[in-house]
Amino acid sequence: MANSINTEGVVAGRLDADVLADNFSDLHPPLDDHEALVAADRCYFCHDAPCMTACPTSIDIPLFIRQIATGTAEAAAKTIFDQNILGGMCARVCPTETLCEEVCVREVAEGKPVIIGQLQRYATDKAMDAGVHPFTRGVETGKSVAVVGAGPAGLAAAHRLAMLGHSVTVYDARAKGGGLNEFGIAAYKSVDGFAQAEVDWLLQIGGIEMQYSKSLGDEISLESLRAMHDAVFLGVGLGGVNALSAEGEDKEGVCDAVDFISELRQADDLAELHIGRRVVVIGGGMTAIDAAVQSKLLGAQDVTVAYRRDKSAMGASEFEQDLATSKGVRIVFNAQPLKVHGNGSATGVEFERTNNLDGDLRSTGETFLIEADNVFKAIGQTLTTEAGLDLERGKIVVSVDGKTSIEGIWAGGDCALGGDDLTVTAVAEGRDAAMDIHATLMGKELKNG
Amino acid sequence: MADLRTEFLGIKSPNPFWLASAPPTDKEYNVRRAFEAGWGGVVWKTLGEEGPPVVNVNGPRYGAIFGSDRRLLGLNNIELITDRPLQQNLQEIKSVKKDYPDRAVVVSLMVPCVEDAWKAILPVVEETGADGVELNFGCPHGMSERGMGSAVGQVPEYIEMVTRWAKQNTRMPVIVKLTPNISDIRKPAEAAHAGGADAVSLINTINSITSVNLDLFAPEPMIDTKGAHGGYCGPAVKPIALSMVSEIARNPLTADLPISGIGGVTTWRDAAEFIALGAGNVQVCTAAMTYGFKVVQEMISGLGQWMDEKGHESVASVVGRAVPNCSDWQNLNLNYVSKARISQDDCIKCGRCFAACEDTSHQAITMSADRTFEVIDDECVACNLCVNVCPVENCITMERINPGQVDERTGKIVEEEFADWTTHPNNPGLVAAE
Repeated sequence: MANSINTEGVVAGRLDADVLADNFSDLHPPLDDHEALVAADRCYFCHDAPCMTACPTSIDIPLFIRQIATGTAEAAAKTIFDQNILGGMCARVCPTETLCEEVCVREVAEGKPVIIGQLQRYATDKAMDAGVHPFTRGVETGKSVAVVGAGPAGLAAAHRLAMLGHSVTVYDARAKGGGLNEFGIAAYKSVDGFAQAEVDWLLQIGGIEMQYSKSLGDEISLESLRAMHDAVFLGVGLGGVNALSAEGEDKEGVCDAVDFISELRQADDLAELHIGRRVVVIGGGMTAIDAAVQSKLLGAQDVTVAYRRDKSAMGASEFEQDLATSKGVRIVFNAQPLKVHGNGSATGVEFERTNNLDGDLRSTGETFLIEADNVFKAIGQTLTTEAGLDLERGKIVVSVDGKTSIEGIWAGGDCALGGDDLTVTAVAEGRDAAMDIHATLMGKELKNG
Repeated sequence: MADLRTEFLGIKSPNPFWLASAPPTDKEYNVRRAFEAGWGGVVWKTLGEEGPPVVNVNGPRYGAIFGSDRRLLGLNNIELITDRPLQQNLQEIKSVKKDYPDRAVVVSLMVPCVEDAWKAILPVVEETGADGVELNFGCPHGMSERGMGSAVGQVPEYIEMVTRWAKQNTRMPVIVKLTPNISDIRKPAEAAHAGGADAVSLINTINSITSVNLDLFAPEPMIDTKGAHGGYCGPAVKPIALSMVSEIARNPLTADLPISGIGGVTTWRDAAEFIALGAGNVQVCTAAMTYGFKVVQEMISGLGQWMDEKGHESVASVVGRAVPNCSDWQNLNLNYVSKARISQDDCIKCGRCFAACEDTSHQAITMSADRTFEVIDDECVACNLCVNVCPVENCITMERINPGQVDERTGKIVEEEFADWTTHPNNPGLVAAE
């Protein structure tokens, strides 16, 4: 192999195949039975447990852990799926350190929470590996619901609607389902094609028709969906990416972090992926961290995350930041991009130093250059579907039940206003919107009858 | 450091920790290693009469129950007395005693209920130089089906008779080991005393089935789809053992009868508790079987530290110190009022106290939106359940409401005077004072 981490420019094959395989293996290897029992034993079965309150999908965590402890992981999985049909993926990608595990009383008492996320994975893996789908479809209601977007929100909504007996058609612009689970998260968080396996497993409920490569605004329109279906749920996510508004953004080597991550997730051979010797990721969220860490794991020599605000404002959790730095990623705070340098191809990014005065981000006038062959932009995504819906701060305005400003249209997940842009939040919103769609459709039925 | 040396029936040992008659003391190899680890004495695993030894099952001999993190809390066994030839055991006892003259070596015995059997075995044991014998009237499985072990221990008349035979046929001190599988432990102890026993030791193991195999519907430990009850021991039996020891210590008929305390002793604290309730020493088995002989080192250091801290100069000075405080319910002070107090600094907000009190007790704990848990004095009966379910030691404590203060629950002023059930107006058996 000719290339190494020292090779200049943007090249493929910086690392040996076995090193790459190791780098992109499971971030947290699954617990074996013994480890799961030991971990489960630590749960105190708290009353009205803080972990459960902290979970956006309100999974009954003490109950499922007790079910693991008593040797009934399948029952534990059912407890999880009752609230969160994507409990398998959430077990892998949830920032548990800022949700359930942060408030675990054993975190409070000893600084060591019960490892809820890993226990959830243990239980859901057991059930899913057995190929068992613990839900059955209800009696057909004769109602038809369109779900736009096969990401976490859409899938959660579709499953719940199908379970309640509605006929669901899921439309997605991509050629396969999963949304950000499939295209948007770091590879080491979801290995062995889990995202697709989860979609297949979820669809076992029946009553869900998948229509891929159907993009809202192109192949389908909101009007046509409303005409064809009794209700529409939008879980389209945020398809666009914010521009840097820095000079030289069009130079070669500059791209959107989400595209880089997506390409990496879909790659058959990681050794064929190109990566710069020096990489700068601009942004402060999970996407920035995922892009930076994976750049490093692909063999980039110097990887820097540059964030315009300070550490306390960073969207990525402390755990994610530590993960990044432990992999050798440098995080530079208070760095606002001014200009991408280079003659055709990027060679570096010029930043100006900022500081925070009473909540206002200000330039200090100091500038500095970080060399970069690749510049990944991870400064937030934007909604690409407006379709006459009321928007606020670039997102679709929804009620607590997910109702949009247009009757018959619900929305949830990243495209909808409110809640964190997390998989687990999207699942909760999709599920809850489904319940409201069900109540609305069946309520009408009752009135008409 | 405190002096841990003990003298039990004149048998000296460097500390009060003896290994009980059980697999750990079945042979010279183990006993030598136990003595090297620091054990003060052993009761050699029970010898039977001369002749072909008993046989043991060839499947599982033990079953167990577990606490959190698979800590072994209770162990059950269906092993019989030694299955090695009598002569071999006797030679090994002699050899060990010769090399460890400062350690106690007591030999456990179980032979048929006829005097000749005892006449035969006692002299040969005496020849080994052993310090004493312990009559195994406790073993609840296997041997009891043959009229020995607990089959003797459950009939006070047999205990007295066999004890007398033993005393008449040896100059060695005789300890009678009692079975807990009986409704009133005082009766066998009185019988042993009447028969001339120098001491009793208790408890032997408790009839038990530790679990049921739900695939084969058979009790565990299971031998080829069948199971027989075994003898239960380990930390789980300690409360039963402590109560039985206290019963004998409190009984005026046996108050002067030395006791060797047995049953779930796992730490120095367990040992100190037995001693406080009247045991002159303790015998340990399950802790050693769970963790190895080395556990005795913690028992020695812990007991010594506690004695130093409290100024107890010898083990003997502690024996029975808690016996006068063992009372009957009817004599408990009804004017002693306390309330639960939750330390907000120590509380980790698990809410188990709330769940326990709200669902199963007196609705005396409130829970706020921010998970602050507080006691409602109006409702608290001081049952102590919250203390017991709290995962943080000493986070919840019981605080006495001093005489003169108002008990918010009853609205009455707590009285200074002692008052118990015997004088309570609600007691139908109350005989008016003359």
